[in-house]
Amino acid sequence: MIFLDNLVNGISLGSIYAIIALGYTMVYGIAKMLNFAHGDVIMMGAYIAFCALQYWNLPPFLALVVAMLACTVMGVVIEGLAYRPLRQAASLAVLITAIGMSYLLQNLALMIWGANPKSFPSSMISIPTISLFGGQLKIAGATLVTILANIVIMVALTLFTSKTKTGKAMRCVSEDRGAASLMGINVNRTISITFAIGSALAAVAGILLCSSYPTLQPTTGSMPGIKAFTAAVFGGIGSIPGAMLGGLLLGVIEIFGKAYISTELGDAIVFAVLIIVLLVKPAGLLGKTVREKV
Amino acid sequence: MSEGKRTQPLLSVNDIHVYYGAIHAIKGVSFEVYQDEIVTLIGANGAGKSTTLNTITGLLRPKQGSITLKGENVTTLPSHKMISRGIALCPEGRRIFQQMTVRENLEMGGYTRQAGEIAASIEEMFTRFPRLKEREKQIAGTLSGGEQQMLAMARALMSKPNLLMLDEPSMGLAPILVEQIFSIIQELHGAGVTILLVEQNAQMALSVADRAYVLETGHITMEGKADELLHNDDVRRAYLGS
Repeated sequence: MIFLDNLVNGISLGSIYAIIALGYTMVYGIAKMLNFAHGDVIMMGAYIAFCALQYWNLPPFLALVVAMLACTVMGVVIEGLAYRPLRQAASLAVLITAIGMSYLLQNLALMIWGANPKSFPSSMISIPTISLFGGQLKIAGATLVTILANIVIMVALTLFTSKTKTGKAMRCVSEDRGAASLMGINVNRTISITFAIGSALAAVAGILLCSSYPTLQPTTGSMPGIKAFTAAVFGGIGSIPGAMLGGLLLGVIEIFGKAYISTELGDAIVFAVLIIVLLVKPAGLLGKTVREKV
Repeated sequence: MSEGKRTQPLLSVNDIHVYYGAIHAIKGVSFEVYQDEIVTLIGANGAGKSTTLNTITGLLRPKQGSITLKGENVTTLPSHKMISRGIALCPEGRRIFQQMTVRENLEMGGYTRQAGEIAASIEEMFTRFPRLKEREKQIAGTLSGGEQQMLAMARALMSKPNLLMLDEPSMGLAPILVEQIFSIIQELHGAGVTILLVEQNAQMALSVADRAYVLETGHITMEGKADELLHNDDVRRAYLGS
């Protein structure tokens, strides 16, 4: 039963990585940039949800909506102010700007909420713990919600990119920006929409993360952000199913590594697996290497 | 068409200068395309033919000069707005969406049109290009080179353009496919589409076009009726290998 316990925890942590990784992978796929501020948008989303619950006494559902809306606006503004002017610049300049944006958000949080960790209210997800196998396997409400949210988001995003006009336009921009604009697709607007979706998902991820690991501080988003970025590369950056698979595997490997091999080396094991996968399959598990046909 | 110059041109390119960084790629190019013409720009590799087309669609910006469409200045119009002005470019190297199906590629070609009109237009394209119908659900990247070219042309036609610009449609294709592509160009012209054709295959281009411009290292060095250029000694020596 400890094995099952670890598996469930791994899937739950992996689901959070997967939702964060979706933000990385979509932005990378469409805007061709690594948005290293993504992890900090997660932290901001968690803080906003915290305020909504603790100070404004909003019900959990409204807290979620407020956090998602605030992060959506934040993502679009960050993209418009910091990244759009650099659209033609070298990718290194954009990367450095993203790192700068990450620190800006962390310091902003430090200014507003201070350095003392806040305890994220458990009232956010008030579903009781479920006992299975006569109490041998316990699944926390937050875990259950996390896994379900991950599935819903995966299905919704897959439908969105395969069926809707905007979703298809995103795939076009991802493949060939110039050709997409020849079709009449507004590339800048499509990139804004991508940031909006990625940042709304960041708010969800922030709330789920802090529901399972309730210590909230300005650096809360950093490590999960880097792990999720790793998950996106692991699964094949630019690929939506890849981010899902990468996130889940990473979470499971991390929990199992910590449980059965070494608690201290848990993160090292995760990155060792990443290195091995990239040596064998440089494009990641589901990454595509597109060949040009003449 | 030859005496059509008294009417307003459909497209007019006026003394444009285009740079790639410090490289002065287009050095004062001017030409016109009138309604119902086939106009061709011929020239060697690197003469600036594709650069000219990319500048017209707004993918590149001229440092100097202007582009007008039916008298309206469109020099600074963003490229995604050109298609609703009736200009479609079938770009060099086809640039179809490799990871999408044939049908999705056609749908994207009709991006600016009403959802209700798209299905009917796709059927029209399948009638004109039956091979695409057979490949409807196939991922475009798996098509052969000739099929990809047809898809690129059909995708450009999905917007029902008034002016279709074709950039090297014969590039890399077997001779029989080149013939096929050029007969399609003539059919489209017969159906009322004005065409601006950029080609390295000067022989084929001049034989279907009404008028032609010769582009050399960023300048227009010659212009005239296509059949006159086809028999011009300088053109024959430089571009037709005889």
